[in-house]
Amino acid sequence: MTTTDAEVRTDAGTGSGGPMVDREEQRRAQRARIESVAKWLLPLSVMALSIWAWDRVVRVNEIPHYILPGPGLVLQTLVEDWGTLSGSLLVTLKITVMALLIAVIGGVGLAILFAQSRFAEMSFFPYAVILQVTPIVSIAPLIFIYVESKLAGLLICAWVVAFFPILSNTTMGLKSADHNLRDLFTIYRASRWQKLVHLELPSALPYFLSGLRIAGGLSLIGAVVAEYVAGTGGIGSGLAFRILEASYRLNIPRMFAGLLLIALTGVAIFAATSLLSHLLLRKWHESALRREA
Amino acid sequence: MNVIKPLGQRPPILRMQMVDKTFNGSVAALRNMNLAVHEGDFISLLGPSGCGKSTALRLIAGLMRPTAGRIAWEGEDTTDALGVVFQEPTLMPWATVAANVALPFRLRGERGRAVRDRVQDVLALVGLDRFAEAYPRELSGGMKMRVSIARALVTRPRLILMDEPFAALDEITRQKLNNDLLDLKARTGSTVIFVTHSVFESVFLSDRILIMAPRPGRVVKEITVDAPYPRDMTFRTSAEYGRLARAASDALMAAMGGELLEDEVHG
Repeated sequence: MTTTDAEVRTDAGTGSGGPMVDREEQRRAQRARIESVAKWLLPLSVMALSIWAWDRVVRVNEIPHYILPGPGLVLQTLVEDWGTLSGSLLVTLKITVMALLIAVIGGVGLAILFAQSRFAEMSFFPYAVILQVTPIVSIAPLIFIYVESKLAGLLICAWVVAFFPILSNTTMGLKSADHNLRDLFTIYRASRWQKLVHLELPSALPYFLSGLRIAGGLSLIGAVVAEYVAGTGGIGSGLAFRILEASYRLNIPRMFAGLLLIALTGVAIFAATSLLSHLLLRKWHESALRREA
Repeated sequence: MNVIKPLGQRPPILRMQMVDKTFNGSVAALRNMNLAVHEGDFISLLGPSGCGKSTALRLIAGLMRPTAGRIAWEGEDTTDALGVVFQEPTLMPWATVAANVALPFRLRGERGRAVRDRVQDVLALVGLDRFAEAYPRELSGGMKMRVSIARALVTRPRLILMDEPFAALDEITRQKLNNDLLDLKARTGSTVIFVTHSVFESVFLSDRILIMAPRPGRVVKEITVDAPYPRDMTFRTSAEYGRLARAASDALMAAMGGELLEDEVHG
């Protein structure tokens, strides 16, 4: 075997050497260029337009700021109250990230256990489902009765919401390893541990990462919901607490500012998990393949 | 180039004696199979789907145990006994070509320079030394299959099992890989059991063809291909080749009792 069957790409060039591009190709290239700009331009224009409309509605109707503040006022509040809000943002962020981390450890750990033992899966999986389908708002008050530390309570709530997609996705991923590769590992007398490390975990990685993207958003939701339930009496004052507090004082602009920060946090978490996914998969996984134009 | 000695002078490496395999207590996947594999053999198992040829391969690979009968390796212990090539390339998509080929060593805990050199040598043997750091998805179907073959060769196994390795490839790539496989076999002196449902492929490649029939899966005829290696396009167009292909087809037909047509309709 001396030659390879690599495709030989002959230049579709004319005698003069320049590549020949027909009209269809030209149009396709042009459309690709327009799309790559539109991808950013369109959503940004929609946002600008909405903010402008919002501003007009508030100004023209002379709506008082304690009913609907204009975008300018919300931004101003965000800047003026940054001292308080940024502290709260950090608290919420800390709980979200910690919960996500525990969800990853718990979810992946449990998934590995399930993949190793069908009996463990049969025993515990139904309860994982029950935990997932019971709305967190209805469990949270109980958690805060029995758990002394407020931080721990918040973490538990956020974890309960976030861990399921990681568990179910990773379990599925671990089982989805190629059957022939499994046989090959058996033929080469791989241990259970080697199968797990060299075959099952890499196979599960894309599944895990898509679970992580869902869980990232969910852990923020869990953290915020738990904070609402925990109420205003505690010490850890995250963004949800600030929003609640502002609503009691009819400080509507601050409510909007808090909301804005939570939304931005969600977007940031999604972007971060997507980036992680891209970095880990770009070399080999179909999902990270860039389609050739 | 190794000169292949006549059958009688080559030591046996594996024997199957009266091997039966029954699934679910009733489905006779394989009945009374006898086979002696000698060093340097190229044996094809030829038959339609359901004739037990893949079952025979899985039994030899130790992936399942026979219901009755005996499969025994001759001579030294069976470390490095096997290399396997499946119908799909069966590569780890997250690993480079070199890492895929090095897998058998890795699973034994062997690393280092000797392993790297051996991997590079085998990749050169299949013509892919320039693609060591590529990922499988960057390769064509035929190239992936070469990587799979390189992985099967890398430990210098006593026996290579190939389960319809080229069935999913286009005819041109398939012919090329058939030629290359014979070339490889000549250079490495490997022993191969090759499962196929192509009469022409089996005649071109093998020195022995076992023709198998389904329900129950069994060997119905053995054809010896005396044509000397190396074989090339001249052999493909020779009268001898035509005669053997005809004989194999007829044996297949006779064994199926006309079922071949029916199977083709349903299959």
